[in-house]
Amino acid sequence: MQEFIKSFECYDLTIIYEKFWVFLPAAADTLKISAAAILVGLVLGLIVAVMKLSPYKVFQIPANLYIGVIRGTPILLQLFILYYGITGIIKLDNYPAAVIAFGVHNAAYIAEIFRGAIVSVDIGQQEAARSLGMTKAQAFRRIVFPQAFKRAVPPLGNQFIIATKDSSLASAISIRELLLKSQQLGASTYHFLEYLIIAGIYYLVISTSLGYIVHRLERRLAVSDREVQV
Amino acid sequence: MTKRSIQEMIRLERIYKSFGKLNVLNGVDLTVYEGEVVVLIGPSGSGKSTLLRCINFLERAQKGEVYIHGNRVKKNEKAINEMRQRVGMVFQHFNLFPHMTVLGNVVEGPVQVKGISKKEAIETAETILEKVGLLDKKDQYPSMLSGGQKQRVAIARALEMKPDVMLFDEPTSALDPELVGDVLEVMKNLAREGMTMVVVTHEMGFAREVADRVLFMDEGNIIEEGTPEKVFDNPTELRTKAFLSKIL
Repeated sequence: MQEFIKSFECYDLTIIYEKFWVFLPAAADTLKISAAAILVGLVLGLIVAVMKLSPYKVFQIPANLYIGVIRGTPILLQLFILYYGITGIIKLDNYPAAVIAFGVHNAAYIAEIFRGAIVSVDIGQQEAARSLGMTKAQAFRRIVFPQAFKRAVPPLGNQFIIATKDSSLASAISIRELLLKSQQLGASTYHFLEYLIIAGIYYLVISTSLGYIVHRLERRLAVSDREVQV
Repeated sequence: MTKRSIQEMIRLERIYKSFGKLNVLNGVDLTVYEGEVVVLIGPSGSGKSTLLRCINFLERAQKGEVYIHGNRVKKNEKAINEMRQRVGMVFQHFNLFPHMTVLGNVVEGPVQVKGISKKEAIETAETILEKVGLLDKKDQYPSMLSGGQKQRVAIARALEMKPDVMLFDEPTSALDPELVGDVLEVMKNLAREGMTMVVVTHEMGFAREVADRVLFMDEGNIIEEGTPEKVFDNPTELRTKAFLSKIL
């Protein structure tokens, strides 16, 4: 027992608060990469969703292929292909490679989220809009999509949190975000655990805040859902 | 009804529609005149709703033509969208836009489709909402309304487009019995004002009171038609008699 307690002596938990703010630039990198990946994912995801829902095979087939390939292969492999694999064709810096790889990766999942939300909107909505003389595009933009978006918010929030955590894979192409930062400091001082805990706290704060923001958005979008109080 | 002009409003010519192997409409002809109220009755699956939906191309007939004011509706998106601005539709399940307020629902059509200014559209909308008795609900969302109120908003939404003709697809079938009256009252007023209406309904009382002409449909054809008195009191076709004996 004595020995077991002694084994904890190699840890110095004071590092956690002493070095906490040293991680701020790394946290900024994590945030930047995640935010950019989410943004790319949202725009591309919506395009792919609309392609998949189009009645034309020329749009459906590439969209299905895209979603199939991206969801069927590991994100780290996709990142390596962009960063190491295609250097013969185009040489990407690590930051653009990470943003594109993560953005393209998230888009596949976000496309499925949007598609599911769009098809869940009652067909009568589309019919009512069209019966007023709206074009397909107007009906989508004004009537179907706003309702679909509302339904997509909870799963999107989930995907955003996944995207934030997945950004830690950027450490593999030497972007000094939270994970790489903690590994480097850990390796130079042998205090791995302390630094990993710092990184963990940052991730936790980021994903919890993200969850809270999404929850607030959900509440705000729900104003039209209040039923008659009896 | 003596003032009724003999201008034709809608003419359907040999409308055929099938879903897969199921023939729903077998070459239906129908002419509706300006100011006329035509009520379609018949057993479920007889094709009445499909016929109504073929008028504004929510269903595309495989064969046949639709004429509005004597002009053939061309089968391209632009022509169809233009035609739909003049043909209002009210659905069984209201299909109000849940993310918009009552007022938002009513002004959406003219603002988006006709490019009318929001201010002008709101003025007209308030007059129409007053007429259907729901002006006090204009800032509420549809989820706060009863079924009968929702349907009256849906009627207001269609009227705001200033249509030449209104199509009603079982407008009271999804309502609680005590709410049916309000909706029918609004429809009766519309008819009195001279609106051309085509109504699919099971409300035989309404048909008897308001219809200029009742059409009985079965198996994708119009089997019998005439004034409410003739169709309800002296039907000549066996199938009409059988149907009426079940529901009256």
